Amino acid sequence: MGLLSLIIFLPVLGVILIALIPRLAEKTIKWLAAVFTFIPLALAFYLFFVFDRSSGSIGVMQFQENLSWIPAINSFYHVGVDGISLPLVLLMAILGFLVVLISWKVHLRVKEYFIWLLLLETSILGVFASLDLLLFFLFWEIEIVPMYFLISIWGTGRRSYSAMKYVIFTLVGSAFMLAGILALYFTTGSLNMLEITQKIGAAAAVIPLTAIFFLLIIGFAIKLPVFPLHTWLPDAHTDAPTGVSVVLAGALLKMGGYGIIRVCVSIFPDVARTWAPLFIVLAVIGIIYGAAITLRQTDLKRLIAYSSVSHMGYVLLGIFALSQVSLVGASLQMFSHGIVTGLLFAMAGLVMHNAGERDLRKLGGLAKQTPLIAVVFSLAGLASLGLPLTSGFAAEFLVFVGAFSSKVVAGIQVYTLISAIGVVLAAGYILWMIQRVFFGPALEKFNAVKDADKLEMVYMVAFVALILLVGIFPSILTNIYNMGIEPIAKFLIP
Amino acid sequence: MNFSLLMPELTLAITAVLVILLDLFIKQKSWLAAVSILGLGISSAFALGLWNGTPQSAFNNMLAVDNYAIFFKLLFAGIAILVILASTDYVSKFQRFQGEYYALILLSALGMMLMASTTELITLFISLELVNLSLYALVGFLKDGKSAEASLKYLLLSAVASAVLLFGMALVFGFTGQTQLGEIARSIQSTLAAGQVNSAPAVLVSPGLFVGIVLMIAGFGFKIAMVPFQMWVPDVYEGAPTPVTAYLSVGSKAAGFAIILRVFYSAFIQPSNLGLDWGMIFAVLSAVTMTVGNIIAIQQDNIKRMLGYSSIAQAGYLMVGLATVGLAPALTSAGQAPLLFFLVSYSLTNLAAFIAIIAITSETGSDLIDDFKGMGKRSPWLAAALTLAMISLIGMPPAAGFIAKFYIFSAAVQHDLLWLVIIAVINSVISAFYYLRVVKVMWMNEPASAEKVPASAALIVALIFCSLGVLLFGLLPGLAMNPAGLANMLGF
Repeated sequence: MGLLSLIIFLPVLGVILIALIPRLAEKTIKWLAAVFTFIPLALAFYLFFVFDRSSGSIGVMQFQENLSWIPAINSFYHVGVDGISLPLVLLMAILGFLVVLISWKVHLRVKEYFIWLLLLETSILGVFASLDLLLFFLFWEIEIVPMYFLISIWGTGRRSYSAMKYVIFTLVGSAFMLAGILALYFTTGSLNMLEITQKIGAAAAVIPLTAIFFLLIIGFAIKLPVFPLHTWLPDAHTDAPTGVSVVLAGALLKMGGYGIIRVCVSIFPDVARTWAPLFIVLAVIGIIYGAAITLRQTDLKRLIAYSSVSHMGYVLLGIFALSQVSLVGASLQMFSHGIVTGLLFAMAGLVMHNAGERDLRKLGGLAKQTPLIAVVFSLAGLASLGLPLTSGFAAEFLVFVGAFSSKVVAGIQVYTLISAIGVVLAAGYILWMIQRVFFGPALEKFNAVKDADKLEMVYMVAFVALILLVGIFPSILTNIYNMGIEPIAKFLIP
Repeated sequence: MNFSLLMPELTLAITAVLVILLDLFIKQKSWLAAVSILGLGISSAFALGLWNGTPQSAFNNMLAVDNYAIFFKLLFAGIAILVILASTDYVSKFQRFQGEYYALILLSALGMMLMASTTELITLFISLELVNLSLYALVGFLKDGKSAEASLKYLLLSAVASAVLLFGMALVFGFTGQTQLGEIARSIQSTLAAGQVNSAPAVLVSPGLFVGIVLMIAGFGFKIAMVPFQMWVPDVYEGAPTPVTAYLSVGSKAAGFAIILRVFYSAFIQPSNLGLDWGMIFAVLSAVTMTVGNIIAIQQDNIKRMLGYSSIAQAGYLMVGLATVGLAPALTSAGQAPLLFFLVSYSLTNLAAFIAIIAITSETGSDLIDDFKGMGKRSPWLAAALTLAMISLIGMPPAAGFIAKFYIFSAAVQHDLLWLVIIAVINSVISAFYYLRVVKVMWMNEPASAEKVPASAALIVALIFCSLGVLLFGLLPGLAMNPAGLANMLGF
């Protein structure tokens, strides 16, 4: 068993232990979950450091494992990471461990909660590491089950409605995706993503390539989400428990962006170029519409949720600008959004937990009672609106520069300028939110509200350090991204 | 007369008689279950002994002993064993006729085994009736209002279906002059060979043979609960004793598919436009069947009725495989292997679901889905098994249903049935609604009491076997059952 498989399946081992050992104390379960997410995290960092960055291994999958899985349909247990997927595996491993800490105060049906949480981590890691389309699809689908339970049991508000909505949206998307995968399989006779990329040019397609492209992208677009398929997101985010919101925003949405780059763009460069204007328009609408609607939110979590719609618009813009720089920007934006919005949701959860209130109209002046939370929350907010020296700035800057200078899509400069308005709107809603929650006159009803405790400090510091690290030295990630994206971008130049 | 070829069936017949006789002397009735299982075990051992031998045709070409038949014999024996294990609790509440219950299950399994190996229309009909007669009695076993009504309904509708089937067979016989499947195929071929190819072969131009085929589809359609012959399903599933419902939903359906595949593949695959005709009929009916089953299932409150409609929908997915067999270029075996894999995975899944339901409903005394509330807290492992079964029925990983659907749909895409596959996957999404409802009630709602649901050891063994099977087929399908090995098993 290779390192990558260990990273993917250690959480499952944790699940088995937690499920099978009878009468575990709550504390023990949480410690087990922490241990079985920390080892993958440590291993993921190890992979990150030993990853071969020499120019000879550009576009090469590393840490590959390839075992026969279902010989009848030529399907393999084939995992591996390149420059695009390694940072996402790392991101999920980081979030996986921090989410256990964030969920430390869950007291309802603890055993089941951590079982589902660990399974969720495995399935998302599996999506990022799979190189076999069927395996990819398997992990993609498995993820639905834990999410359904996590939202509908530990959620708030209209949780069972939101959970069902999430399941149905995802299943509709994956239904089309399955048809697309089958079509790809019969076109090329292979399920191996790398092989398909090479074979697709010469193969006789069972249905037009454009049709396969769209069958596949529907699933990814729902997950990212792309306007107008985003309506599940505010509901799921708002009603999910804090820890799950963090994973959902932090890693799960990235499955969509990753899928678009890995499957749609790299297998169908020509189709992607033909249809790029459509997706760029959708991206711009998503950015502006998402930001505009965010401005109107009065619920803390719903506000952050809608801001994700806007931020994922940048990812889509960066991808379909189809230049090397913009694709790197989009990938960096995925990582950055993962830690920034992850932190925002964690802090929103903390405010809700400590103050017992999430309605912006009733919150106010919390900076006095909870100075620590206020500082970290503001930092995350500033990163979210793209302040220099934070990861958000580096990512959005790269997206804009890459898109503006892209020669693939005509008229992209106009679209880029329009989407830059999104940054202004983001400044609006973020600052407004921080002001409503933390500033203004201190309210008496919040006098008993506690600030963050030691455990919470741990993950706050970790998140903030990552945000600043990526903001100040974006090259630690962009170097790696470049290695994965260069071979893809090569085929995108008309 | 080589009786060794018939050993699996003979063993079952002897065991059935033995069980009825022993019933007269034995006080401890659970021995009867043990004897039945032993008989089934010996029977499958005989079947295994014949595995991978040269395909033989026995008894004046009336029965075939090929891997296809043996595969189904093992499947039916397995299903019967699991059903008996799951019934022991249930049956011990009967005052009388416990021996007859087991004997009837054995006899219907015998009928199913014969169905899988028959290659002749008359034998086919006799074995079908053997299955039917045993099942009528089993459905009415509770002798209360609902059970009796279900039995009568099943009897009447099934009799009509048998008549239609017989009429179809008569037409086929009339046009070909043969009842043996291979002879029928040769007869159709010979009209082609006799130089009528250009001047329009009479048999194919005349609607008679085609009407015969359609009527046979209708007659078999009743057995597999294909729309529009599905009306009996919900009432019979609801009224019958739950273990019998489980048996009906897997055994009887699998036998139906076994015989359809053999008859249509052996007799009506050449010339290819004949295959295209019935293939397309199955494709269209499949779309209708799965849609009707899924949409009506959403409204059900009774879990047995819901699973009844769900089994109609699953028949629809299975028919995608039949359509593929028909539409594939003649005499390639595409579509067969996925169909067989789906049948095994469906049997494991549905049995797991029903076994969990048998345990739960015998505690709550109600078949309503709402009365499953809080099972996740009362008996987490039972609820987990039922949840896994529901996930498998939706067709989501890591359960067997996912791989089964993947196989069957991928074969269909290969033969220009992408439209049907898209309908089928959308149907799978619809089905998530009602399957997840059961899951939701079990895990989200508060339990009515804190008591654990009692379950006998036999039932637990059966449930564990099915659940592990579902997981194994879902995660390591190549290891569990290599579909490549399933192709080309039809010897005749």
